[in-house]
Amino acid sequence: MKIHIPTPLRAYTGGEQTVGVPGATVGQALQELTTAFPELRQHLYTGEGKLRSFVNIYLNDDDIRYLPQKESTPVGESDELTVIPSIAGGCEDGAADALHAICNYFCPKGAKL
Amino acid sequence: MLHLSHADYAALRAHGEETYPHECCGVLLGKASPDGNRVRQIVRAGNTRTDSAHNRYNIAPEELIRTQRQARTLGLDIVGFYHSHPDCPAQWSQTDYNEAHWLGCSYVITRVDQGKAAITNSFLLTGTGEEDKAFRDEPIEIELDSTES
Ligand SMILES: [Zn+2]
Repeated sequence: MKIHIPTPLRAYTGGEQTVGVPGATVGQALQELTTAFPELRQHLYTGEGKLRSFVNIYLNDDDIRYLPQKESTPVGESDELTVIPSIAGGCEDGAADALHAICNYFCPKGAKL
Repeated sequence: MLHLSHADYAALRAHGEETYPHECCGVLLGKASPDGNRVRQIVRAGNTRTDSAHNRYNIAPEELIRTQRQARTLGLDIVGFYHSHPDCPAQWSQTDYNEAHWLGCSYVITRVDQGKAAITNSFLLTGTGEEDKAFRDEPIEIELDSTES
Protein backbone atom coordinates (compact mmCIF):
# COMPACT_ATOMS: atom_id res chain seq x y z
CA MET A 1 0.00 0.00 0.00
CA LYS A 2 0.95 3.63 -0.34
CA ILE A 3 1.88 5.91 2.55
CA HIS A 4 1.93 9.66 1.89
CA ILE A 5 4.59 11.56 3.81
CA PRO A 6 4.17 15.26 4.74
CA THR A 7 6.83 17.78 3.70
CA PRO A 8 8.72 17.99 7.05
CA LEU A 9 9.16 14.21 7.34
CA ARG A 10 10.50 13.66 3.83
CA ALA A 11 13.95 14.43 5.19
CA TYR A 12 13.72 10.94 6.74
CA THR A 13 12.39 9.09 3.68
CA GLY A 14 15.17 10.15 1.35
CA GLY A 15 12.95 12.89 -0.07
CA GLU A 16 10.17 10.47 -1.07
CA GLN A 17 6.68 11.93 -0.80
CA THR A 18 4.98 8.56 -1.22
CA VAL A 19 6.37 5.28 0.03
CA GLY A 20 5.11 1.82 -0.97
CA VAL A 21 5.08 -0.79 1.80
CA PRO A 22 3.74 -4.32 2.24
CA GLY A 23 1.47 -5.21 5.16
CA ALA A 24 -1.93 -6.74 5.83
CA THR A 25 -2.97 -4.25 8.53
CA VAL A 26 -2.46 -0.56 9.30
CA GLY A 27 -0.06 -1.50 12.11
CA GLN A 28 2.01 -3.78 9.89
CA ALA A 29 2.27 -1.14 7.19
CA LEU A 30 3.45 1.45 9.72
CA GLN A 31 5.91 -1.06 11.15
CA GLU A 32 7.30 -1.62 7.64
CA LEU A 33 7.56 2.12 7.17
CA THR A 34 9.59 2.72 10.34
CA THR A 35 11.74 -0.34 9.64
CA ALA A 36 12.58 0.99 6.20
CA PHE A 37 13.11 4.51 7.57
CA PRO A 38 14.15 4.15 11.24
CA GLU A 39 14.66 7.90 11.74
CA LEU A 40 10.94 8.43 11.18
CA ARG A 41 10.02 6.53 14.32
CA GLN A 42 10.87 9.24 16.85
CA HIS A 43 8.92 11.80 14.83
CA LEU A 44 5.79 9.66 14.78
CA TYR A 45 5.89 7.98 18.18
CA THR A 46 6.71 8.96 21.76
CA GLY A 47 9.37 7.10 23.76
CA GLU A 48 6.59 4.83 25.03
CA GLY A 49 5.64 3.92 21.47
CA LYS A 50 2.40 5.94 21.41
CA LEU A 51 1.49 7.94 18.31
CA ARG A 52 2.42 11.56 19.08
CA SER A 53 -0.67 13.63 19.88
CA PHE A 54 -0.09 16.08 17.02
CA VAL A 55 0.51 13.39 14.41
CA ASN A 56 -2.59 12.26 12.56
CA ILE A 57 -2.58 9.15 10.43
CA TYR A 58 -5.49 8.61 8.08
CA LEU A 59 -6.47 5.40 6.33
CA ASN A 60 -8.02 6.85 3.17
CA ASP A 61 -10.41 9.39 4.76
CA ASP A 62 -10.51 8.01 8.31
CA ASP A 63 -8.39 8.83 11.35
CA ILE A 64 -6.87 5.50 12.46
CA ARG A 65 -7.46 6.50 16.12
CA TYR A 66 -11.20 6.21 15.48
CA LEU A 67 -11.24 3.05 13.38
CA PRO A 68 -13.11 0.30 15.28
CA GLN A 69 -10.12 -2.03 14.89
CA LYS A 70 -7.56 0.78 15.08
CA GLU A 71 -4.11 -0.46 13.95
CA SER A 72 -5.42 -3.99 13.40
CA THR A 73 -7.64 -2.74 10.57
CA PRO A 74 -6.97 -4.84 7.46
CA VAL A 75 -5.65 -2.99 4.42
CA GLY A 76 -5.43 -3.80 0.73
CA GLU A 77 -3.10 -2.81 -2.05
CA SER A 78 -5.30 0.10 -3.16
CA ASP A 79 -5.62 1.65 0.33
CA GLU A 80 -3.64 4.74 1.22
CA LEU A 81 -2.28 5.97 4.52
CA THR A 82 -1.56 9.67 4.96
CA VAL A 83 0.62 11.05 7.73
CA ILE A 84 -0.41 14.61 8.55
CA PRO A 85 0.82 16.69 11.50
CA SER A 86 -1.76 19.07 12.94
CA ILE A 87 -2.01 22.77 12.15
CA ALA A 88 -3.27 25.10 14.84
CA GLY A 89 -2.40 28.18 16.83
CA GLY A 90 -3.77 31.49 17.91
CA CYS A 91 -2.90 35.04 18.80
CA GLU A 92 -3.48 34.97 22.52
CA ASP A 93 -1.16 32.76 24.50
CA GLY A 94 -1.48 31.30 27.95
CA ALA A 95 0.59 34.10 29.50
CA ALA A 96 -1.74 36.71 28.04
CA ASP A 97 -4.76 34.80 29.31
CA ALA A 98 -3.20 34.74 32.78
CA LEU A 99 -2.48 38.48 32.60
CA HIS A 100 -6.08 39.17 31.65
CA ALA A 101 -7.26 37.05 34.55
CA ILE A 102 -5.01 39.01 36.94
CA CYS A 103 -6.15 42.30 35.45
CA ASN A 104 -9.79 41.37 35.75
CA TYR A 105 -9.17 40.72 39.41
CA PHE A 106 -6.98 43.70 40.33
CA CYS A 107 -7.47 46.40 37.74
CA PRO A 108 -10.13 49.11 37.99
CA LYS A 109 -13.34 48.08 36.27
CA GLY A 110 -13.25 48.74 32.54
CA ALA A 111 -9.46 48.82 32.35
CA LYS A 112 -8.01 46.93 29.39
CA LEU A 113 -4.58 45.42 28.96
CA MET B 1 13.26 34.14 2.42
CA LEU B 2 9.65 33.41 1.52
CA HIS B 3 8.77 34.10 -2.10
CA LEU B 4 5.17 35.05 -2.68
CA SER B 5 3.38 36.58 -5.66
CA HIS B 6 1.70 39.91 -5.11
CA ALA B 7 -1.69 38.33 -5.90
CA ASP B 8 -1.25 35.62 -3.24
CA TYR B 9 0.06 38.15 -0.73
CA ALA B 10 -2.99 40.35 -1.30
CA ALA B 11 -5.32 37.34 -1.18
CA LEU B 12 -4.12 36.03 2.16
CA ARG B 13 -4.37 39.51 3.67
CA ALA B 14 -7.87 39.96 2.24
CA HIS B 15 -8.86 36.62 3.78
CA GLY B 16 -7.94 37.98 7.22
CA GLU B 17 -10.07 41.07 6.62
CA GLU B 18 -13.04 38.94 5.53
CA THR B 19 -13.03 36.72 8.58
CA TYR B 20 -12.34 39.56 11.07
CA PRO B 21 -12.90 39.53 14.05
CA HIS B 22 -12.15 35.82 13.65
CA GLU B 23 -8.82 34.29 12.68
CA CYS B 24 -8.49 33.08 9.10
CA CYS B 25 -6.18 30.26 8.04
CA GLY B 26 -4.90 28.66 4.90
CA VAL B 27 -2.18 26.61 3.27
CA LEU B 28 0.74 27.70 1.09
CA LEU B 29 1.53 25.34 -1.80
CA GLY B 30 4.80 25.61 -3.64
CA LYS B 31 8.34 24.33 -3.68
CA ALA B 32 11.27 24.53 -1.32
CA SER B 33 14.34 26.05 -2.98
CA PRO B 34 17.86 26.80 -1.77
CA ASP B 35 16.85 30.42 -1.14
CA GLY B 36 13.63 29.61 0.65
CA ASN B 37 10.08 28.44 0.15
CA ARG B 38 8.46 29.58 -3.08
CA VAL B 39 4.68 29.80 -2.99
CA ARG B 40 2.81 28.99 -6.19
CA GLN B 41 -0.72 28.83 -4.86
CA ILE B 42 -2.58 29.55 -1.65
CA VAL B 43 -5.53 27.50 -0.49
CA ARG B 44 -8.06 28.90 1.96
CA ALA B 45 -9.01 26.65 4.84
CA GLY B 46 -11.86 26.74 7.30
CA ASN B 47 -11.17 27.52 10.95
CA THR B 48 -12.64 24.68 13.00
CA ARG B 49 -12.22 26.61 16.27
CA THR B 50 -15.70 28.09 16.20
CA ASP B 51 -15.60 28.00 20.02
CA SER B 52 -12.83 30.61 20.12
CA ALA B 53 -12.32 31.81 16.56
CA HIS B 54 -11.21 35.32 17.60
CA ASN B 55 -7.95 33.99 19.04
CA ARG B 56 -7.54 30.39 17.90
CA TYR B 57 -7.35 28.54 14.62
CA ASN B 58 -7.23 24.93 13.62
CA ILE B 59 -7.38 23.30 10.22
CA ALA B 60 -9.23 19.98 10.10
CA PRO B 61 -6.87 17.12 9.18
CA GLU B 62 -9.40 15.98 6.56
CA GLU B 63 -9.07 19.35 4.86
CA LEU B 64 -5.27 19.18 5.10
CA ILE B 65 -5.30 15.76 3.48
CA ARG B 66 -7.43 17.07 0.61
CA THR B 67 -5.05 20.00 0.24
CA GLN B 68 -2.01 17.73 0.28
CA ARG B 69 -3.67 15.58 -2.41
CA GLN B 70 -4.36 18.72 -4.46
CA ALA B 71 -0.70 19.73 -4.08
CA ARG B 72 0.42 16.30 -5.27
CA THR B 73 -1.65 16.50 -8.45
CA LEU B 74 -0.20 19.97 -9.13
CA GLY B 75 3.34 18.73 -8.53
CA LEU B 76 3.62 21.05 -5.52
CA ASP B 77 4.26 20.59 -1.80
CA ILE B 78 2.81 22.14 1.32
CA VAL B 79 5.49 24.74 2.12
CA GLY B 80 3.66 26.76 4.76
CA PHE B 81 0.51 28.10 6.34
CA TYR B 82 -1.01 31.46 7.01
CA HIS B 83 -3.33 32.83 9.64
CA SER B 84 -4.44 36.18 10.98
CA HIS B 85 -4.19 37.85 14.37
CA PRO B 86 -7.24 40.06 14.86
CA ASP B 87 -6.10 43.11 16.87
CA CYS B 88 -2.98 41.23 17.97
CA PRO B 89 0.68 41.65 16.93
CA ALA B 90 1.92 39.92 13.77
CA GLN B 91 4.25 37.83 15.90
CA TRP B 92 4.03 34.17 16.74
CA SER B 93 2.49 33.45 20.12
CA GLN B 94 3.32 30.72 22.60
CA THR B 95 0.25 28.87 21.32
CA ASP B 96 1.51 29.18 17.75
CA TYR B 97 4.87 27.78 18.83
CA ASN B 98 3.42 24.90 20.84
CA GLU B 99 1.14 23.91 17.95
CA ALA B 100 3.75 24.27 15.20
CA HIS B 101 4.99 20.92 13.91
CA TRP B 102 5.75 21.45 10.22
CA LEU B 103 9.51 21.89 10.36
CA GLY B 104 10.92 23.68 7.34
CA CYS B 105 7.58 25.33 6.63
CA SER B 106 6.78 29.05 6.68
CA TYR B 107 4.16 30.37 9.08
CA VAL B 108 2.76 33.66 7.80
CA ILE B 109 0.88 35.87 10.25
CA THR B 110 -1.10 39.00 9.35
CA ARG B 111 -2.19 41.48 11.96
CA VAL B 112 -5.72 42.70 11.24
CA ASP B 113 -6.65 45.92 13.04
CA GLN B 114 -10.34 46.78 13.20
CA GLY B 115 -10.92 44.80 10.01
CA LYS B 116 -7.96 46.22 8.04
CA ALA B 117 -4.89 44.09 7.28
CA ALA B 118 -1.82 45.68 8.87
CA ILE B 119 1.66 44.12 8.88
CA THR B 120 2.30 40.60 7.52
CA ASN B 121 5.30 38.65 8.82
CA SER B 122 6.68 35.20 8.09
CA PHE B 123 8.42 32.82 10.46
CA LEU B 124 10.31 29.74 9.35
CA LEU B 125 10.00 26.75 11.69
CA THR B 126 13.55 25.47 12.03
CA GLY B 127 15.07 22.55 13.94
CA THR B 128 14.96 18.78 13.73
CA GLY B 129 12.14 17.95 16.12
CA GLU B 130 9.96 19.02 19.03
CA GLU B 131 12.96 19.40 21.34
CA ASP B 132 14.90 21.96 19.31
CA LYS B 133 12.29 23.57 17.09
CA ALA B 134 12.41 27.37 16.80
CA PHE B 135 10.71 30.10 14.81
CA ARG B 136 13.11 32.26 12.83
CA ASP B 137 12.13 35.62 11.32
CA GLU B 138 11.90 35.15 7.57
CA PRO B 139 11.85 38.06 5.10
CA ILE B 140 9.04 37.98 2.53
CA GLU B 141 9.87 38.74 -1.08
CA ILE B 142 6.79 39.81 -2.98
CA GLU B 143 7.08 39.02 -6.64
CA LEU B 144 5.23 40.84 -9.37
CA ASP B 145 2.65 38.67 -11.07
CA SER B 146 3.77 39.28 -14.65
CA THR B 147 6.68 36.90 -14.07
CA GLU B 148 4.32 34.00 -13.36
CA SER B 149 6.04 30.84 -14.53
ZN1 LIG C 1 -1.05 32.96 15.70
